[in-house]
Amino acid sequence: MSVWEFANPARFVRIVGRILAPTALLSASLLAVGLVWGFFFTPPDYVQGSAVKILFVHVPSALMAINAWIMMLAASLIWLVRRHRVSVLAAKSAAPVGAVMTLAAMVTGGIWGQPMWGTWWAWEPRLTSFLILFLFYLGYIALWHEVDDKERAADLTSVLCMVGSVFAFLSRYAVNFWQQGLHQGASLSLDRDTNVHNAYYVPLLLCMAGFALLFVTLVLLRTRTEIRKQHSAAIAARINADVR
Amino acid sequence: MIALVIRDLKLAMRSGGGFGHALAFFFAVALLVPLAVGSDSAILVSVASGMIWVAALLASLLSLDRLFSIDFEDGSLEAIAVSPLPLEIAVCSKICAHWIATGLPLAAAAPVVGLLLHLPGEGYFWAVASLLVGTPALSALGAFGASLTAGMKRGGLLLSVLVVPMSIPTLVFGAKSIALAVAGASNTTAFLLLAATTLTAVAIAPFAAARALADSLR
Amino acid sequence: MFAELGQYQFEVLAAYGATILLIGGIVALSAASSAAALRKLNELRSLEKRNE
Repeated sequence: MSVWEFANPARFVRIVGRILAPTALLSASLLAVGLVWGFFFTPPDYVQGSAVKILFVHVPSALMAINAWIMMLAASLIWLVRRHRVSVLAAKSAAPVGAVMTLAAMVTGGIWGQPMWGTWWAWEPRLTSFLILFLFYLGYIALWHEVDDKERAADLTSVLCMVGSVFAFLSRYAVNFWQQGLHQGASLSLDRDTNVHNAYYVPLLLCMAGFALLFVTLVLLRTRTEIRKQHSAAIAARINADVR
Repeated sequence: MIALVIRDLKLAMRSGGGFGHALAFFFAVALLVPLAVGSDSAILVSVASGMIWVAALLASLLSLDRLFSIDFEDGSLEAIAVSPLPLEIAVCSKICAHWIATGLPLAAAAPVVGLLLHLPGEGYFWAVASLLVGTPALSALGAFGASLTAGMKRGGLLLSVLVVPMSIPTLVFGAKSIALAVAGASNTTAFLLLAATTLTAVAIAPFAAARALADSLR
Repeated sequence: MFAELGQYQFEVLAAYGATILLIGGIVALSAASSAAALRKLNELRSLEKRNE
């Protein structure tokens, strides 16, 4: 079976109907195990104390915030090249989920920053990049809202996603550059990579898998909703035509 | 193409908007800054290089929403689209006209705004230079944003929401090249990155905008 | 177990709470709009059938 089989909306809806419940269940159980394990059964870090437990919600949401945008980029590209409607609807469905993940990453980052840096919001490169990413999500969602014609909305948002990706990527480096010399880096950097000890590794992995599956589940569900909405619109148009 | 640039410039001048409004807005923001943060010279010096760029960005944004929508409404955009001139080239001339009407005057006015904001002496040259090099990116990205919102009745606010995040690299590198010069440090890297960002924007925007306009006209 | 949270009890609880709230929100919204879309589709389908 080729991946393009998903491009047929009817088949997509059928497949989603079959796999939605298992993915939802699996992601829920992964999240439940990972979060409970992270919350109750991990030791406090010797530097950060129990604040390190925020890791289990912060890192997965940050990861999915970026991955959601990359997925939207790929889906937009497929739409522009191969004109598969399901693809662009999947990009549309992923945007609000990605925006929520970005928001969650920022909020948990801020809460983590409070005890570590002594402030809710530090203009630290990573947090700032997420704020910028959030703005890109908002712009993309707003453009979908404002364009009435579905075909045109799909094209315009896809072009925006491509161009936006370039500048979101540039912003990441601009923000890194902007930070140089304004703050002493050491006091602000949380070196997460070296902080992840074995005790945190497995629950973190579970949480990341849970968040990833949750994202997949939500995108499938929301894409199906979009397909059904378009189907409804088509039927409504037919009925109107008959009445006239 | 040159004829198109001249036509757009003439239109901008005749409506009295183009040159005047963006410049007036630039000064208005420069006036708001001391009123908001206080006239203390030390504070002004520390924010001057950044505020020049924020004001320029806002002034450039302000003049964008009519970039394509007038031509879209009266049908001249369609005329351009069916003419042998590629739409990409038409977008390029739009960007040129917008830059000559806003970016160029803003760069020329930068020293006066710098003076109002107590910009230290080393900053003046770089304020003009960074605006000259950076504002083409604002015009190009603005043209892209305007092409996305061309058919809309009230696209002005959405346009800003779309363009501001994309302008962040330009703003950062532009403000940094002034600030580093003021601090007495080397700003070569910042300035080169500013130029690189502008080249990226100018390279991408015409194609993306032409694609979006073609969609809106279909 | 809560004793283990020590001095950062509030922060950890707030972070977990905020995440669960946000994610629960988007899940609930998605589920609600999915149900609404299905309902509308079924309504329109039966309406079309009746018209024929």
